Amino acid sequence: MARDESVSALVERLELPFNRYGVDPWGVSKKHLAIGFRALAFLYRSYFRVKAVGVEHVPQRGRAMLVGNHSGGYALDGMMVLTSMLLELEPPRLAHSMAEKFLNQLPISSLWSSRMGQLTGLPEHAERLLNEDRLLMVFPEGARGTAKLFHERYSLVDFGTGFMRLALKTGTPIVPLGFVGGGDAVPTVHNSTFLGKLLGVPYVPVTPYLVAAPLPARLVVHYGEPMRFPGNGDEEDSVIMRYVDEVKARIAQLIEAARADRRGEQGRTRS
Amino acid sequence: MKVLVVGTGGALARLTALALRDRGHAVIGLDRRPWPDAPADVPVHQVDIRKRAAEDVFRRVKPEAVVHMATVNALSAGGEERARINLGGTQAVFSHSQAHGVKHVVVVGRHTFYGASADAPLYRTEADPPSGIGNFPELADLVAADLHAATMLWRAPELTTTVLRVVYTLGPSLSGTLSGFLKGRRVPMVLGFDPLFQFLDERDAAAAVALAVEKRARGIFNVAGPSPMPLSTIAHALGRTVVPVPEPVLARLLGRFGLPALPRGALQHLKYPIVVDGGAFARETGFVASRDEAHILSSFGDAARL
Repeated sequence: MARDESVSALVERLELPFNRYGVDPWGVSKKHLAIGFRALAFLYRSYFRVKAVGVEHVPQRGRAMLVGNHSGGYALDGMMVLTSMLLELEPPRLAHSMAEKFLNQLPISSLWSSRMGQLTGLPEHAERLLNEDRLLMVFPEGARGTAKLFHERYSLVDFGTGFMRLALKTGTPIVPLGFVGGGDAVPTVHNSTFLGKLLGVPYVPVTPYLVAAPLPARLVVHYGEPMRFPGNGDEEDSVIMRYVDEVKARIAQLIEAARADRRGEQGRTRS
Repeated sequence: MKVLVVGTGGALARLTALALRDRGHAVIGLDRRPWPDAPADVPVHQVDIRKRAAEDVFRRVKPEAVVHMATVNALSAGGEERARINLGGTQAVFSHSQAHGVKHVVVVGRHTFYGASADAPLYRTEADPPSGIGNFPELADLVAADLHAATMLWRAPELTTTVLRVVYTLGPSLSGTLSGFLKGRRVPMVLGFDPLFQFLDERDAAAAVALAVEKRARGIFNVAGPSPMPLSTIAHALGRTVVPVPEPVLARLLGRFGLPALPRGALQHLKYPIVVDGGAFARETGFVASRDEAHILSSFGDAARL
């Protein structure tokens, strides 16, 4: 259960090289983190009542890569994983996601994603952040993952392989995670690329009630033990694919564990 | 060492000339613009680097090293004239240097070489291309001058060439692009964007150039100081009022109501950051900026008191 310590106090305890203006070398701002995470903490604690299991598997310090499945029509999963790293981890950590490019192109989202350390998903960003011993969050399914429809919500689409080469190159442990409930919070029945074009985003999820405002579904995330693979990132594709499949299989197990957990939680709630 | 500083009409070039002089070098200035209060031990030749008289200065002075700072960087400067000065001047510096036995040429350019764009990595290294040129073609002459200078690394192996890409400078002289932007009471911003700006105290920038001369660092180097900061944080620290304006409105306001007549592409610089990794230069020369961001802002703020 997320601790009650105030979000501002947790932000103050982040072990990042903030300067005297409260800004770190990546432009992450304490002020924005406190405001943004206050809103996210409300969603985490009260709206989605997120349950995070196995947070202790995330290293307290040093480079690490959170690798998980997408669940929900947009980055609800990522936002809640970020929040769990602040609210549940001791000491709290800021995870950096590798965001879709359009986020940096749009007003407001460009500003807030930058100030909260959510950078465009570029290999240069990922490598530099890991070399600075930061915590990276990667969803190798990419936008195809968030585009999953309601009936596909527990499935995994193809994984990209870039994260694995990067983990090998930088000697980074991979912490797998399985996230469930996002498909119930945003039950996507159709993805409208037409609306997406109008808004400058890849697509807009459409739900049975049309708008993609999330329902207060219970979200559960299970973190697994860190996985380490031998190599330097220059391995043949077949080797990389084998490693990626191992991670994918582990994430599939974590999804099943989180589903069972969630079913149990719901059973208890009903009884 | 005898060092010719080209462009001593500019504030940063003057500081560089003084820094080199203070470090014991014999410094000679050259610019078509005067330097009325130049110290007696820094002779200044008031000629245009692109004119014949400039070559005679090279012939007579026979400098060992040349620092080229006679470039126009202001985004508001007219395109054609700027291109003539930046490209023609750089070409002249190298051809005179080759003809008259100069051993080392330092070209001082700007980090704006890389351009501002939404999909560029935050930290640019020297290996990165000038990806912002697509949305801001007016930068072409600065990019071309930088690349022209860089070709000397292989075209003139007998000459040591250093190309510096220096971040914005701030300081008591109140000169420079960022300085001009922050001098007024209000700082216009593009609504919904707050790019990081990277700046260096102008005296540290001058020290960095002097160090490049002394270390004879060969290659292309970014020169940076403290970590970048969001424009709004800089403006607030200076007691300025931030005025966020929607981009289409700001584009129409350029050149009116006291706002500079910037090309539309310049708005990219108010949306996306240009931040460089200065690690290679620091490793090569041992350069460390002596003033941090708070010191720089307070020193600039004192000079630019409203």
